[in-house]
Amino acid sequence: MFFYIIKRILATIPVMVIVALFVFLMLRLSPGDPAAVIAGDYATTEDVERIREQLGLNEPIPVQMYKWIAQLARGDLGTAIFSKLPVTTLIGQRLEPTLLLALCTIIFTVLVAVPLGTIAAYKAGSWIDRFVMLFSVAGFSVPIFVLGYMLIYVLSMQLKILPVQGYKSPFEYGLWEFLRHMILPVITLSVIYIALIARMTRATVQEVLQEDYVRTARAKGQSEFKVLMFHALRNAAVPIVTVIGLGIALMIGGVVVTESVYNIPGLGRLVLDAVLARDYPVIQGLILFFSFIYILINLLIDLSYTLLDPRIRY
Amino acid sequence: MSDTVLEIKGLTVRLPEGADREFAIEDVSLTVGKGEIVCIVGESGSGKSVTAFTVMGLIPKKDLVPVAGQILLQGDDLLKKSDRQMRKLRGEKMAMVFQEPMTALNPVVKVGDQIGELLEIHTNMSRAARKTRVIEVMKDVSLPDPEKMYNSFPHQLSGGQRQRIMIAMALALEPGLLIADEPTTALDVTTQAEVLELIKDIQRRHGMGVMFITHDFGVVADIATRVIVMQHGKVVEQGTRDQILTDPQHPYTKMLIGSVPSLTPPDRPEPKAAEVALEAHKLNKVYGTSGFFSKGRVVHAAQDVELVVHRGETLGVVGESGSGKSTVARCIVRLIDPTGGDITINGANIATMTEREMRPYRQQIQIVFQDPYRSLNPRRTVGQSIVEGPMNFGLGAAEAQVRAEDLMRIVGLAPEALDRFPHQFSGGQRQRVCIARALAMEPKVLIADEAVSALDVSVQAQVLRLLHDVRERYDLAMLFITHDLRVAAQICDRIMVMQHGVVVEQGRTADVYANPNHPYTKSLLAAAPGRDMDFARLA
Repeated sequence: MFFYIIKRILATIPVMVIVALFVFLMLRLSPGDPAAVIAGDYATTEDVERIREQLGLNEPIPVQMYKWIAQLARGDLGTAIFSKLPVTTLIGQRLEPTLLLALCTIIFTVLVAVPLGTIAAYKAGSWIDRFVMLFSVAGFSVPIFVLGYMLIYVLSMQLKILPVQGYKSPFEYGLWEFLRHMILPVITLSVIYIALIARMTRATVQEVLQEDYVRTARAKGQSEFKVLMFHALRNAAVPIVTVIGLGIALMIGGVVVTESVYNIPGLGRLVLDAVLARDYPVIQGLILFFSFIYILINLLIDLSYTLLDPRIRY
Repeated sequence: MSDTVLEIKGLTVRLPEGADREFAIEDVSLTVGKGEIVCIVGESGSGKSVTAFTVMGLIPKKDLVPVAGQILLQGDDLLKKSDRQMRKLRGEKMAMVFQEPMTALNPVVKVGDQIGELLEIHTNMSRAARKTRVIEVMKDVSLPDPEKMYNSFPHQLSGGQRQRIMIAMALALEPGLLIADEPTTALDVTTQAEVLELIKDIQRRHGMGVMFITHDFGVVADIATRVIVMQHGKVVEQGTRDQILTDPQHPYTKMLIGSVPSLTPPDRPEPKAAEVALEAHKLNKVYGTSGFFSKGRVVHAAQDVELVVHRGETLGVVGESGSGKSTVARCIVRLIDPTGGDITINGANIATMTEREMRPYRQQIQIVFQDPYRSLNPRRTVGQSIVEGPMNFGLGAAEAQVRAEDLMRIVGLAPEALDRFPHQFSGGQRQRVCIARALAMEPKVLIADEAVSALDVSVQAQVLRLLHDVRERYDLAMLFITHDLRVAAQICDRIMVMQHGVVVEQGRTADVYANPNHPYTKSLLAAAPGRDMDFARLA
């Protein structure tokens, strides 16, 4: 187990190197002069020259690559072109809202989706099951931004129960204000994951309910509720957790849209701003950062299997 | 009457519409007395399991509806109980042991806790008291080191140990009625003998009534006080063990008992000197790898196996699960790659051939698998499955069709049935199709890997006869893999006994059965259920 963790952590290094090279080449291999692209249509020759100098683009490619890797190895993701701040600082500033948004979304999703899917599986074929499946299809089909604006229109503008947009840090404004501002973004972002995880939970639990040990539990006189919780759900956990993990990894795209709709100053907004401003160092830094998170989540999922299923040992 | 634990009167359970018959069981009446082991015997579809599950209240209510009769458990009618009352009775007054110990236990919960769960549901014992009681019942079913095993997970235990856990679970609250649904069918014969002994022993000590569902007359002979024979959902005959086994009245009972293969090998003519069809020399298969950081577990599934099969001869490979008998079969067909050794067929060593080199030889070795329900592609007609192989080797569609029709006749099926899909056949018919499929390749060697183990005893006898006939007809060399000593006695000219990947004994079948040399062979023969009875002669 211990060796497995070490092995997996060591294995992230080559993956990160490949991602870094890819990010490096992405800028250099894009058609045209990257400095001119970054400077934009109205830039003067001096502007382009200045950017080229600043990014070190006037040096030979191998030298650039060496510098880039060396810089990364020191934990330095470079400096933003416009704000002139280190990319790590920018990411650090924007981390909190995104992290809290993602965390609330995951908790909300799991609390809603797993019971829904379990009930649907238990009552397969009933109206509850059909409702859950209908919701699931709808949840998959509605684009995040449409849902977001619909929720804002109904709950914030017409009924005026929730704020339209913005972010209040719980550390400054307290938990209540934070939650009030979080409700709509969390619902918006979680709908698709609830749809996905409820479906997956339904399928898995339905399968597990056919297993012999569920029959054994019933033969012991166990109540249906405990059969579901103690026997079925525990055995369905591995596939469900896998999907939850994948959901977290896929959440990055949803975060960009949600943060834009609700004007939350998080990493998603940073991505959007950096792309619009063609701030390449920031984009590069964010890609690397998200890749790292992705790898980390995968490792955590794999390790969680050993807790959920005693047959899995690394 | 106070000695009657369970009395079923005129029980009828309806099947859902569209089933092959109206009732799963019809007008079933039987009793189980205190201190009695009542065996319900029948083939698949006889309704024996439905009877047991109806008593437990574990049948799917939507599909199976009891429409008439009474089930009296110590005088109380179970069919009148609410779900809640039934839950209270299950585990406390009646308990059940299932067929598959591999799947009947929850894989992610410690076995001790799974036994303890029963006490948690039905009693208000403290956690510590529960644990004490659990360890007590684990001792009662002779599990080694219960304190340690309490914390084991099911996958860490053997099949026999798991079945003991199931029995301990059933015993924990000392119920008056124990229902055992084929509890030893999935176990190896030596384990089966131990578990049967255990069930007899606890039944004697606790004085409970046992309803024991089985298809195996050997087991019946070993364990039953009384026997109830079921066919197509009805009780056709009941009586004491001796009545049923020695003087069966109903033709179905006679047929069932007559179909049980004898443990005594028939007299066989001395085999003629025939050419060698298949030879394996120093065949080895090692599973497992050593990791980079950790030392891997290495299993020698087959170790220096030597075998020779001549044309027109059947060599039996017998052994328990994990003995390596299937590994040997799969290596020879090259479904898995042997780690070392030679496999010679027609003078060519196929053990180390690449897939491309191997291809022409595939035609010469064919295999029939255990489970006819899973070895045919459900989305293709059986005709398509049969002609696929020969056509891959260049036979024209028309000739392949003719060959398939001929083979259907040979295996005893109508050639018109070639257009049907596997689900339209019974298990025995499917196995015939599988044999036809293998024969379509015109092989020299036919491997039967537990080919009759999944079949009912009457069907088993027919398929064995068919295998024997096709062997004669095509002068095949047959390698017959089985765990069933009765079957092996009847069909094999020579047998080899395997244990832990090693061949411990081989010789002519009659010699090995009459004078087993190796202690393992002796223990296998001693464990065969109903060994004292020669059923075929009785009927």
